Amino acid sequence: MKRFFLAALFFAVLLLIWEALFRAKIWSPVLLPSPRQVAVYLQGAAVDGTLLKATIVTMRRLLIGYIIGLVLGLPLGLLTARWKVWQDTVGTLALGLQTLPSVCWVPLALLWFGQTEAAMLFVVIMGTVWSVVIATETGVRNVPPIYSRAALTMGSKRLHMWFKVILPAALPFIVSGMKQGWAFAWRSLMAAEIFVTILTGFGLGQLLHYGRELSAMEQVIGIMIVIVVIGLLADKIFFSPIEKFLHRRWGTSQA
Amino acid sequence: MQRLARQRSSAAEELELIAPSKLSIENVSKKFKGASGAVLALDRVSLNVAEGEFVCLVGASGCGKTTLLNIIAGLEKPDSGAVQADGKPVTGPGRERLVMFQEPALFPWLNVFGNVLFGLKLKPNLTNKDRHDVAKYYLELVGLSHFERANIHELSGGMKQRVSLARALAPNPRVLLMDEPFAALDALTREQLYGDLQRIWKARNKTIVFVTHNVREAACLGDRVIVFSPRPGRIREEFAVDLPRPRDINSVDLAVHATQIMKALKSYSQVEVAIAE
Repeated sequence: MKRFFLAALFFAVLLLIWEALFRAKIWSPVLLPSPRQVAVYLQGAAVDGTLLKATIVTMRRLLIGYIIGLVLGLPLGLLTARWKVWQDTVGTLALGLQTLPSVCWVPLALLWFGQTEAAMLFVVIMGTVWSVVIATETGVRNVPPIYSRAALTMGSKRLHMWFKVILPAALPFIVSGMKQGWAFAWRSLMAAEIFVTILTGFGLGQLLHYGRELSAMEQVIGIMIVIVVIGLLADKIFFSPIEKFLHRRWGTSQA
Repeated sequence: MQRLARQRSSAAEELELIAPSKLSIENVSKKFKGASGAVLALDRVSLNVAEGEFVCLVGASGCGKTTLLNIIAGLEKPDSGAVQADGKPVTGPGRERLVMFQEPALFPWLNVFGNVLFGLKLKPNLTNKDRHDVAKYYLELVGLSHFERANIHELSGGMKQRVSLARALAPNPRVLLMDEPFAALDALTREQLYGDLQRIWKARNKTIVFVTHNVREAACLGDRVIVFSPRPGRIREEFAVDLPRPRDINSVDLAVHATQIMKALKSYSQVEVAIAE
């Protein structure tokens, strides 16, 4: 409880500083709206539904792309960890493409797929998949051989070995790869949405973009806050519990 | 009612004592390629282990005793020679011969109970209830009933090895292969475990091959102690320890045996040193 109040206090102070800066009129109110103006915008956007619609559009792209990325990345990671041929080919490709900032996929996606949902999905998948491949491969390679030896003597082999020993043992690595993949996907999707208007759906990035076009700073800041909150929620709702579980089980330090 | 009765008998069957294995190791040799050329880890090693016998293998590090254990387990293949368990050649790992390793090879993603259950889940023809009952029985046998739900990292070194022992015993193997399982523990914990292991060996009637470099430990646990010499790994001498059980590691009689074994061990190491010079 004490931690909650401290955190609440911290954010209250941040708001106060913001308000004070606004009142000091150092910058034009067009450039720095007051917290109240931003709140009013957010409330309006929430009431007329634009905010919810945009959030749904963005989250749908993100989730579908992310899940496809995971579904592709996990098996590819296992294959690269298991066979030299895969390591030398797909593994090297993954390593290379992982260093490519995922925003760089946006121009290519637009040329290939046009201004479509497919382009958005492609960008998200490319952001996710390589991190997951690398993390899975690293995780599997770092499984202490003694685990598989012990499992072998108890009669575990092939698929059982992969699903009941290797994968669980590699889980801490895989989860950190999933988290990194999520971060990359989220960033690249925002970039893509800011760059281009996709007629089939108006995402948060597009709201941000039009806030700029209209010089509506309260919209820009409001949407940025929404994006931050979504990122935080994803972490708290999805990754945090998994990491806590790993921490409890493995006894590793919580990074 | 019928079904319940059958389940009961099945869990009980699973806990029934089964005949321990007779092992015969014939002319086993194994080479390893190291940085400084090939090392003959085992040189034509032959050894027979009787049903239910507790045999300790002692020797300086690098004498191939662990390699021999792995070969008996089926985790490694000999370059020549063969291992037979109950007259059948060992071709790979199997749950008839379970291994307890020096470092606890417990799975951190499972809790204590899950670890003990792991090998049981791979045994067909058991209901889940049977498996649970059997796992509970072995956790009680090693004195860890209250730690079923504990995570592995929460256990002390001694408790971890107890769980390892329960996990190795649970699928009811005929042979238990132990690779310096107590080497990393403090003296007090070790002494406790010597007592427990002797009690459990008696209760569960297993053939045990136990690798150690601790001569006292070997004299305390083994019916027979086999002395190895390194480079090439060979069996040099064997000692029968016919002290009554349970044995106390601090007893004088045991010290006499240990001194003898130690003497032998040292003489073979010195031979090696002399040859090297």
